[in-house]
Amino acid sequence: MKPSASSSTRHTRRALFAGGGAALACALLFPGRSAHATMTLLNVSYDPTRELYRDINSLFQEHWTSEHPQMPLSALTSNGGSGAQARAVLEGAPADVVSLGLSRDIDILADYGLLPHDWQKRLPYNSTPFSSRIIFLVRKGNPKNIRDWDDLVRDDVKVITPNPKTPGGARWNYMAAWGWALQQPGGSDASAQAYMKKLFAHVPVLDAGARGATNSFVQRGLGDVLLAWENEALLAARDLGPDKFDIVTPSVTIIAEPPVALIDRNVKAHGTQEAAQAYLDFLFMPQAQAIGAKHYFRPADPAVAAQFKETFPYVPTFDIASLGGWKAVHKKHFASGGLFDQIISQ
Amino acid sequence: MSNGRTKGLPGLSLAVMSWMIVILILIIPPILIFAEALHSGFVAAIQNLLMPDALMAIRLTLFITVIAVSINAICGTLSAWALSKYRFPGRALLISLIELPISVSPVVSGLIWLLLFGAQGWWGDFLIRHNITIAFAWPGILLATLFVTFPYVARTLLPLMEQQGRDTEEAAALLGAGFWHILLHITLPEARWALVSGILLTTARAMGEFGAVSVISGHIPGMTETMPLHIETLYNSYQSVAAFSMAALLAMMAMGTVGVRALLEARSHSTSGVVSDLT
Repeated sequence: MKPSASSSTRHTRRALFAGGGAALACALLFPGRSAHATMTLLNVSYDPTRELYRDINSLFQEHWTSEHPQMPLSALTSNGGSGAQARAVLEGAPADVVSLGLSRDIDILADYGLLPHDWQKRLPYNSTPFSSRIIFLVRKGNPKNIRDWDDLVRDDVKVITPNPKTPGGARWNYMAAWGWALQQPGGSDASAQAYMKKLFAHVPVLDAGARGATNSFVQRGLGDVLLAWENEALLAARDLGPDKFDIVTPSVTIIAEPPVALIDRNVKAHGTQEAAQAYLDFLFMPQAQAIGAKHYFRPADPAVAAQFKETFPYVPTFDIASLGGWKAVHKKHFASGGLFDQIISQ
Repeated sequence: MSNGRTKGLPGLSLAVMSWMIVILILIIPPILIFAEALHSGFVAAIQNLLMPDALMAIRLTLFITVIAVSINAICGTLSAWALSKYRFPGRALLISLIELPISVSPVVSGLIWLLLFGAQGWWGDFLIRHNITIAFAWPGILLATLFVTFPYVARTLLPLMEQQGRDTEEAAALLGAGFWHILLHITLPEARWALVSGILLTTARAMGEFGAVSVISGHIPGMTETMPLHIETLYNSYQSVAAFSMAALLAMMAMGTVGVRALLEARSHSTSGVVSDLT
């Protein structure tokens, strides 16, 4: 049995060696937050804010460190579709703060008790540090002479807009058109519905998301006009193709309000209440407001907005509250068998 | 091969076609990835990999891979052993169940963990009450990776162990060897090349898993993003060079793993003549 015994110790030693190596590797690589590590603050956000919050996060870290030199902090942002991000927070994603595409996505979190129902009243400007408008992006020189919402249903015009059934930014486009139609002389639900039916007959493809629709228009060259958030349209018109696109502001449009909120349940668990509140307050301060404007979001602070009035011309607007708020709007338009289903099925 | 001369043409055209397909879909894409990564120079590519979020993604990927491979190497070996050396009711069903993770869509493999451990899931309340985080943290990512990579070790070992038969083990048992002794000194040494091959396959798969991990990770850069997820985030933020640098690194890690596996396989053929069956 001697050879077996020696091979036994060899094998055992080798196994111990491998096991020890693996354990050592794990200890070195362990990704948890160590006790002395900086505090992390997570902002769970919707899709088109990547560049905006990257800049704001680094500025906020400086701001926080100057006031709390003993408490280093790192602010992180995760991005995704607004509805999907809300869903992730609901399932336990450790968001200290959310910044989503529409208030309904945060209302759902309130329904599950993650924050109080009156969350939108806790911060100034309806908890919306940066807003946008739904406007038109057209080909350079506006060859189809598109000026207002009624031009969109002319025979020779093809409209690109994402599917409003997909939760998120696309619903603002739909509600902007609906709101304009209601405001026309003699406007009623019936006349607005008739307009919407004509409008969607002019949409050749219903992309699932806002980025997809922008790509259809910008890269694939589909359609004559893209209904878009002003920030995305300005990005396309100024940064992606200054010689390819023009922006047209209609006679009236909706204020797209992507709100922010503190997730009470999570900050209590993480012990980040103070930092999260400071982060949200910071969004309304002039320096953060100016960063928003640089990324083509309209600052809520009128003084900062005035500095950027070249970028953001005045447009008459209405808001979602004037149409009954997202809860009522969702039930009436986007629930199964609602108005939108009727509009595209007929 | 004597036929090859007379009917040379079909053989030749087949070879040309296979090479064209291989070049088109297997060789060109990695070359493009490397070209794109080095687009702004080698230094820029390295700098991108040293960004804090990128370093965290690399660290997390290695951590998950080391644990997932260790656990699956042990569990896979034990299950292959039990399934090949014993006959019991439900054995055939178990063998096909082992392959389930290969056939199930990765999205589903991620969602099941969310259904169990998400805040609204079956164990949600319990986990919150006891302050345990699984979903949207590394334990969730580990579970998803474990599930997806479970079959590889077991499936590579199973055919080989079945072929081995039980004679040597029974002889050892008669001589008084215990369970662990038999496993470690009789069964495994004979199957070691297959085991190593399975481990390397698991490694490659664990590093690269996207779908299942994506569902349960929450995509938080600097916290829960593994390398494949971070590549997507970088790409969506128009940081092409950074995205492709990370992609090139991941590709190199995977190719390295597969290369080691091929090398060992060639060696195992020449030394022991064991033919390892691949999944």
